Amino acid sequence: MPDNGFEPKIVGFLCKWCSYTGADLAGTSRKQYAPNLAGIRVMCSGRVDPTFIVKALADGADGVLIAGCHPGDCHYSVGNYRAMRRVPMLRKLLDQFGIEPERVWLEWISASEGDRFAEVVNSMTETIRKLGPLNWKERAEALSGAA
Amino acid sequence: MAKPKVAFYWCGSCGGCEEAVVDLAEKILDVVAAVDIVLWPVALDFKLKDIESYEPGEIAVTFINGSVRLSEHEEWVKMLREKSQLVIAFGSCSHLGGIPGLINMNTAQQVLENKYLKSVSVDNADGVIPMPTNSVDGYDLDLPAVWNSVRRLDEVIDVDYYLPGCAPPPDLILEAVGAILKGELPPKGSVLSPAKSLCESCPLNESKPEDLTIDEFKRVATSQPDPETCYLAQGFVCLGPSTRSGCGERCIRANMPCRGCFGPTPEAMDQGTKLISAIASSGTSDTSESAASVAEGFVDPVGTLYRFSLPSSILKRGLKNV
Repeated sequence: MPDNGFEPKIVGFLCKWCSYTGADLAGTSRKQYAPNLAGIRVMCSGRVDPTFIVKALADGADGVLIAGCHPGDCHYSVGNYRAMRRVPMLRKLLDQFGIEPERVWLEWISASEGDRFAEVVNSMTETIRKLGPLNWKERAEALSGAA
Repeated sequence: MAKPKVAFYWCGSCGGCEEAVVDLAEKILDVVAAVDIVLWPVALDFKLKDIESYEPGEIAVTFINGSVRLSEHEEWVKMLREKSQLVIAFGSCSHLGGIPGLINMNTAQQVLENKYLKSVSVDNADGVIPMPTNSVDGYDLDLPAVWNSVRRLDEVIDVDYYLPGCAPPPDLILEAVGAILKGELPPKGSVLSPAKSLCESCPLNESKPEDLTIDEFKRVATSQPDPETCYLAQGFVCLGPSTRSGCGERCIRANMPCRGCFGPTPEAMDQGTKLISAIASSGTSDTSESAASVAEGFVDPVGTLYRFSLPSSILKRGLKNV
């Protein structure tokens, strides 16, 4: 159930070459978009270890965006393919834990796609808003005591 | 000089860790000659009050195995911590949560209902289920409370060292006992086994490809692995890359891919997600759809990646079924 006044907290791992630059373009073009994403610049979407994503979700994020160069455009030639292969397996794992796979997004956003960056952040924010808060730590700790 | 006092205690244990002590064979006699065993529930008859009578720190070292999931376990380990100079988490359960840690995918109530009411082999017409407190003929009876989550020993008490493994192998136990007797222990909090990954000591390492490519997962339940070739190269999930070495590659030598009982390497914050990083990154799929269909073939990721370490994982438990 969506919480009244709930503002999703989204962590975004943005590749330095494409998506982070795309985010910059959205900013310099004065695009209006949801302020819910905290961007973290990484060298490549392939650098995003599934551990980072799980850690973000466990520590309070309601969703995680991984954004990199379009397939074929990776600065390191294959990094984004690596990200693309990991994410479905991680989503399957998260689903088994009870974290909706829709909380993890993998998107290709180039340096020239400032508009697309803004659209992705808006649409992801709305999706997470509908899913409601994750509150992983609180919910897991509530089940640590006696039955 | 009086011999140092040593205690062994088991919490939610299968007895395999006790078996590991017995597996020291005749070497156990040297250990017994050097120390005074003051508690060992599986072999010797001591009571709670015997231990309660000791001064704080009077026991030199206590080895605790098994998962911690009952109020009784908590009571015992807290008392043993007070009475002991050193506490060693012995085996996967107290180190990581162990196989009983998979209970964390459910709640205690669900587990009790499955065990006592729903299981097909149970004949329990009255629906009797263990209760923490009960009254019978005017007497108040109580049982230890079951927790919803298995905890690692170090979530309940301060732990000095960890002896990993399900069960810890005799050579590591003897090394640890020797180091304690000689006072040559590593820094507090150390895991008493080599800090490298199992792949580095694996006899099949030479056949491990530079880039692991798994396009179709296989399971030992339905296919027979070739004992001469890296299991990951064959498509079997082997936890070697993210698991600590020191086990003597017992499973590998029995043609069984590593299941991860030694826990994560010091660099791996989470044994399971680190393995996903290792095995899912390569492969030949070049579209999201084909990557998704490869992932589809990976059956039971939680049970496979966290078979021994769910309570030590970043997420610690499942919330899907609760």
